[in-house]
Amino acid sequence: MDPVEIARWQFGITTVYHFWMVPLTLGLGPLVAYFQTRWVRSGDETYLRLTKFFGKLFLINFILGVATGLVQEFQFGMAWSEYSRFVGDVFGAPLAMEGLLAFFFESIFLGVWIFGWKRLHPKVHLASLYLAVVGSIVSAFFIIVANSWMQHPVGVELVDGRPVLTDIWAVLTNNTALVAYPHVLAGSFGVGGAFLLGIAWYHLSRRRRDGIDTVDESGRVVVGENADIPGRDKLDHRVWITALRTGAVVAIVAFGAVAITGDLQGKLMYEQQPMKMAAAEAACHTGTSFSVLSIGDLGSNDCSQVQPLIEIPGVLSFLAHGDFTTPLPGVTELVPRYQEQYGTNLPDNPIYGDRAGQAIDYVPLMEVTYWGFRIMIGFGALAAFAAAVALWLTRKGTVPASKWISRLAVLGILAPFVANTAGWVFTEMGRQPFVVAPNPTPGGIDGVFMFTAAAVSPSATWGELLFSLVCLTLVYGALMVVEVKLLFRYGRGGVVSAMPELATHDEDPSDQGGPDKRDVLAFAY
Amino acid sequence: MDTLPTIWFVVIGVLWIGYLVLEGFDLGVGMHMLFARSEEERRTMLNTIGPLWDGNQVWLITAGAATFAAFPLWYASLFSSLYLPLLAVLLGLIFRAVGIEYRGKGETDAWRRRWTLAIGLGSLVTAFGIGAALAVTTLGLPIDANGDRQGGPFAWFGWPALIGGLAVVGFALVQGAAWLALKTDGAVRRRMRTFIVRGTALALLPIVVWVLTVQVVTGGPWSWALVVPAVIAAVTGWESARRGREGYAFAAFTTFIVAGAGSIFAAAYPVVLPSTLDPAFDLTVANASSGQYTLGVMTVVTAIALPFVLAAQAWTIWVFRARLSHDHLPPVHTFIPAVLRAPEVDSERAVESRTTHGRR
Repeated sequence: MDPVEIARWQFGITTVYHFWMVPLTLGLGPLVAYFQTRWVRSGDETYLRLTKFFGKLFLINFILGVATGLVQEFQFGMAWSEYSRFVGDVFGAPLAMEGLLAFFFESIFLGVWIFGWKRLHPKVHLASLYLAVVGSIVSAFFIIVANSWMQHPVGVELVDGRPVLTDIWAVLTNNTALVAYPHVLAGSFGVGGAFLLGIAWYHLSRRRRDGIDTVDESGRVVVGENADIPGRDKLDHRVWITALRTGAVVAIVAFGAVAITGDLQGKLMYEQQPMKMAAAEAACHTGTSFSVLSIGDLGSNDCSQVQPLIEIPGVLSFLAHGDFTTPLPGVTELVPRYQEQYGTNLPDNPIYGDRAGQAIDYVPLMEVTYWGFRIMIGFGALAAFAAAVALWLTRKGTVPASKWISRLAVLGILAPFVANTAGWVFTEMGRQPFVVAPNPTPGGIDGVFMFTAAAVSPSATWGELLFSLVCLTLVYGALMVVEVKLLFRYGRGGVVSAMPELATHDEDPSDQGGPDKRDVLAFAY
Repeated sequence: MDTLPTIWFVVIGVLWIGYLVLEGFDLGVGMHMLFARSEEERRTMLNTIGPLWDGNQVWLITAGAATFAAFPLWYASLFSSLYLPLLAVLLGLIFRAVGIEYRGKGETDAWRRRWTLAIGLGSLVTAFGIGAALAVTTLGLPIDANGDRQGGPFAWFGWPALIGGLAVVGFALVQGAAWLALKTDGAVRRRMRTFIVRGTALALLPIVVWVLTVQVVTGGPWSWALVVPAVIAAVTGWESARRGREGYAFAAFTTFIVAGAGSIFAAAYPVVLPSTLDPAFDLTVANASSGQYTLGVMTVVTAIALPFVLAAQAWTIWVFRARLSHDHLPPVHTFIPAVLRAPEVDSERAVESRTTHGRR
């Protein structure tokens, strides 16, 4: 078995999994901070409940993001040592900066926030959440900077065959990073918004079906309460309708931002990685048309098998150039260009191991890039459309009682996750066969590129790689089951699952004021 | 020319020592949880590290990333050579982290037992793997001219890895006991003091063997000079625990690891990863480092960030300085769902669990 293939599967699986946890952390964190800010400023208990409930779900998810992030950092060295040697002078710096400038503060202050209820002055406690959230957002920046350098290497010169950093600002302000970063953040807010929306919908719908809330003849909500079920009071309705409408607005705005930044990215990608853009379109021949549906065997990567079925003329050149007439080079035109510049076969160099001399396939797996691109856009748009529908359906203060719409709303939480995943799979697989894509733009650095086939650890055996792939996949799978079960449990539990004091009535839940010296901890594991 | 790489060797040493000092105690707490005698004890132990462990763990992440940035060839050779032990460390860290967060979020004894096991064994495996990795990077690996491991997946295993693994496990047990003695009250506090008094000599034996071996092989006056305070600190720690001065004991064991690990790094300098095949293949501070520019940038970043990190962690420890005993802890988070599958049946159960679980 080829170690490169196993190592790639491992990187793909662990990274996609990691990026299921991360966007929820990035998207939900600021929303929890917003809720807590509203509570601290107004004392409105609605926002305290929102903070505690979504804070709890945030933490259940956060921990898996932390745990799987460790694997990311270690596996560059473990499985991709030649890559690490080649890029170390540039690539390690943003990773180290992430640790020193972001992740430390994220982790330290999140610990303070979890355990700081009542121990700290409310404003200091809130500040600790802000530091943690800002830490997570800054952390994402450095990671995107590192990834963007692989898509578009800048700020280096080639010394003895290795890129040597000469300009850290060029790396930090890489135009690829500056559009990818807001794109990723917006995508994460989409996740956070849909998460709020889906869960809040479920609770409002349950309240209606349990007969707690009703509607009058004009369809306006009549809020009720059920004293037998802890937490099902009148305020509970306000909690969920606030979460729902906040989530919907966030999801819609986020989608707008995703679309704008995605458009900018498409234009850059056309300049920087023309093959990726062509593969996204399964565009075999040069032209201006955007393919709505192409059939045939995309996976064969053979243009004679691809049959565009429905095309819209001009749209592709609009995506890439902002006009309707400039043709985009297709795969058949690009392949000879790449072959001329970067060779037809892998060089006869020991770094390629058994792969030396193999023919290079410059076309990414079109099946994946073509559908990845469409799934990303499709599910992103679907989530935004659903959020708009949700806003309209809830204009009279509650949701329809229908069980099925409620299920759809919960299922809708997945849509932005799917879009995020598809986007990453598209952009990473679209970069193949390079791990560091060459920079063809004016000012690009000649020779700074690396084939994925050269990047793997020469000493790692296929047995080791396969063993770790199996172990990590099994463990990740099991932990996913546990996380989803806990999210369901606490999610279904409602506010009271995060605020047991609502059930026990032995303290006034609004009494979260100043530091309380009698209790050492207000929260404990 | 070698000034910046040398500074960075020191920075990497500081990051590892920071990791051993801070995660030393929380890995130790994790292992001691396996031997606690009741649920109350386990909860008390876990909550002494509750607000702190995640920040402590970042020292490892930063040590790894800083090695990548400053010494990419060291990072690449060490991590790829130690593929299997580092995989074990990763799995250990994953189970530990998830265990700490999820343990209190289920109700059954089986749930809690499982996550206790995950925390305890995760801590054990992590401590052992990190120790093994640090020991082989100071005592050598069969790496070739390209820095690649020869001799297959288990070429790293030998007595240095074994001693190093046991060294960090032993130290973590002592440091964890000192922490728990300082941070808890009652039976746990007494037992931990007894553990230190009776067990320190044995638990610290492997690290002493490691320190002395490195000194004999590559030591110099500077590194030998650090052995002296390390020995004094270990004895002081033991003596302080015996007299019931837990704060002094914890400080002394911290000094011990700072001086002890410091003496190891000082002895290893300037070699970062010796080759057991041919000294010409040794990775050194000079031949494994990044360029001057990268090191300069990273120096500025570290000089700005590290004081804030230290201040933030010191403040956190201060905020959560109180001694814990189980009557301080809020009750176990009894779970009463708002949405019930079958309302009539379940609301009865909810009421019942409310009364029986009260303060536990």
